[in-house]
Amino acid sequence: MAHVRRPGNRKNVKKGFQFTLMVVGASGLGRTTFINTLCDAEVVPKRECDEPEMAHIEEGIKIKPYTVELDEDGIKISLTVVDTPGFGDMIDNEYCFQEILGYLEQQYDDILSEESRIKRNRRFRDNRVHALLYFIAPTGHSLREIDIELMKRLSPRINVIPVIGKSDTLTPGELADFKKRVMEDIAHHKIPIYNFPYDPEEDDDETVEENSELRSLLPFALIGCEEEVTVNGRKVRGRQYPWGIVEVDNPQHCDFVKLRYALLSSHFQDLKEITHDYLYENYRTEKLSRITDSASDNDSNEEDEHSRLKEEQFKKEEGKLKEIEDRVQRELKEKQQELWSKEQQLMSLEAAQVQVQ
Amino acid sequence: MSVDAESTQPILQSYVGFDSITSQIEKKLLKRGFQFNVMVVGQSGLGKSTLINTIFASHLIDSKGRTQPDEPTRQTVEIHSFTETIVERGVKLRLNIVDTPGYGDQVNNENCWEPIIKYIKDQHSSFLRKELTAMRDRFIQDTRIHCCLFFISPTGHSLKPIDIVVLKKLTEVVNVVPVIAKSDSLTIEERIAFKHRIKEEMAFHNIKLYPYESDEDDEQDSALNESIQDLIPFAVVGSEKTIVVDGKTVRGRQNRWGVINVENENHCEFIHLRNFLTRTHLQDLIETTSLIHYESFRSKQLLALKENGQQQQQQH
Repeated sequence: MAHVRRPGNRKNVKKGFQFTLMVVGASGLGRTTFINTLCDAEVVPKRECDEPEMAHIEEGIKIKPYTVELDEDGIKISLTVVDTPGFGDMIDNEYCFQEILGYLEQQYDDILSEESRIKRNRRFRDNRVHALLYFIAPTGHSLREIDIELMKRLSPRINVIPVIGKSDTLTPGELADFKKRVMEDIAHHKIPIYNFPYDPEEDDDETVEENSELRSLLPFALIGCEEEVTVNGRKVRGRQYPWGIVEVDNPQHCDFVKLRYALLSSHFQDLKEITHDYLYENYRTEKLSRITDSASDNDSNEEDEHSRLKEEQFKKEEGKLKEIEDRVQRELKEKQQELWSKEQQLMSLEAAQVQVQ
Repeated sequence: MSVDAESTQPILQSYVGFDSITSQIEKKLLKRGFQFNVMVVGQSGLGKSTLINTIFASHLIDSKGRTQPDEPTRQTVEIHSFTETIVERGVKLRLNIVDTPGYGDQVNNENCWEPIIKYIKDQHSSFLRKELTAMRDRFIQDTRIHCCLFFISPTGHSLKPIDIVVLKKLTEVVNVVPVIAKSDSLTIEERIAFKHRIKEEMAFHNIKLYPYESDEDDEQDSALNESIQDLIPFAVVGSEKTIVVDGKTVRGRQNRWGVINVENENHCEFIHLRNFLTRTHLQDLIETTSLIHYESFRSKQLLALKENGQQQQQQH
């Protein structure tokens, strides 16, 4: 697949970079297949056919990260995909939201405590999730309660991008109507999803056009497929039905290609920046003000912990200063010695000269 | 007389004409018309209303899906019932369709099946009351559900925990016919594997689906029932829109990659479902509801009443 390289307004990082994507949706919406289609490899193993006696057992949601090394047009990407099997499968799904939120906030907590250290670990792995793809069922109506709840609760912590799973079950007319209704629903409930933001005044025409096109495609209609079929003599990734073949990489059939390009080439930087500069900062502020609030209320453990941390930091800083002082003294002594020996040399030379004359 | 009836069957000397009783009955029944009550159960967006409209080839019910953003999501299951009379070659069918919007749509779906089970039992209960009244109607209006179409989401994996719970409860009180909705999202291989899984799971949980085996069945009936049991759950696609395919107008769905013909057996099993419900088993569905489900409800109720009566007598 050829990607157009844009000179100037994108950073060409040849060294490679890291991107973390979470995928959420009820089972059977094509989530796992999508991950494998995106990475062009069987990253997530196919769901095993369990025994029939397992069907009624409610397993609850699991959080499973997988890391893949991809190569996009020479640019190396270390992509971590976090799968969430079990979401929405139980009779009561309240618990699912908390699990996912807990995972996202855990990554933020890890960064927060790492940042507070004096001596930071250079090889510390940033596991923050930069984008969440939420799979909507292709009902053709509008959003379900679970869809609204999930997007509302998670969008303060992560860039949420809604997508339609198994979208080949909708005709083009139905798809257009459905997309429109979903976006109206999202606007009505004031859900702040990631909608490829741009500024018509500040950004250049190309960016405005690109972003508004991507925005108009929301929610992205997806089809996933790992198998190849033959169409007109060429091999493509697609699904073979008795009435025709749906091609995954054909932009006329679904929005997979456009989404992939946005996630892995054109917009990953933006997603990472928003995660760090905005979402993480908000979380940090909220969390720290919670700590100071509870500290000022009473003698809580947190206050002790906090002042202990401060003391530790102070000691460390003192230690460092002393180290520097010692080093400077040593160097000074060494230099003095050098100077003294040079002086001696000079004096003996002078003495020698006098003797010669 | 313990003699075998066949061997002493008298031979008629001339034509009597009692064989016309079948047409006498038919005439009466045609005048009265037939009543068929069908219920649809499944998550919203699975094409329930569209399927009903497709089976009966007319726009009978509207989709209850949420389409406006300011429409709130349903918090409980509602029961909506519509009655329409349709006529085909002089035969009147009073069709009562019971829709169950809200089922399986909430975040917490605990007990969402209760209103449905209650409704089914209430119809049995009201029929029983009418039957037991001293001055009862000549023909009691039958509101008992004759068939419950259970819609399975085309995940391609297996039944969901909620499906299993509800199927168990439903099959105890009504004839259940499971269908795989929107099956145009499954390839043929996926469909076969999915059906196989579902059948295994239903067998494991001892879920009894219609048609039931009966001693009265002859060879032909048994063969037909077996072939139906093989097909269940029916993988269906519904459509009210028509498309022209090879010069013929058919009901179907048009995509960028092809046309799905609802009535094409290679595309989906709609035809089999339609024939099963209307052409071969319509009368049997009505009869089994009365003879099996209603009878079981009736005997439980009457036994309970009797026990109650006895207890009260003992108290005096």
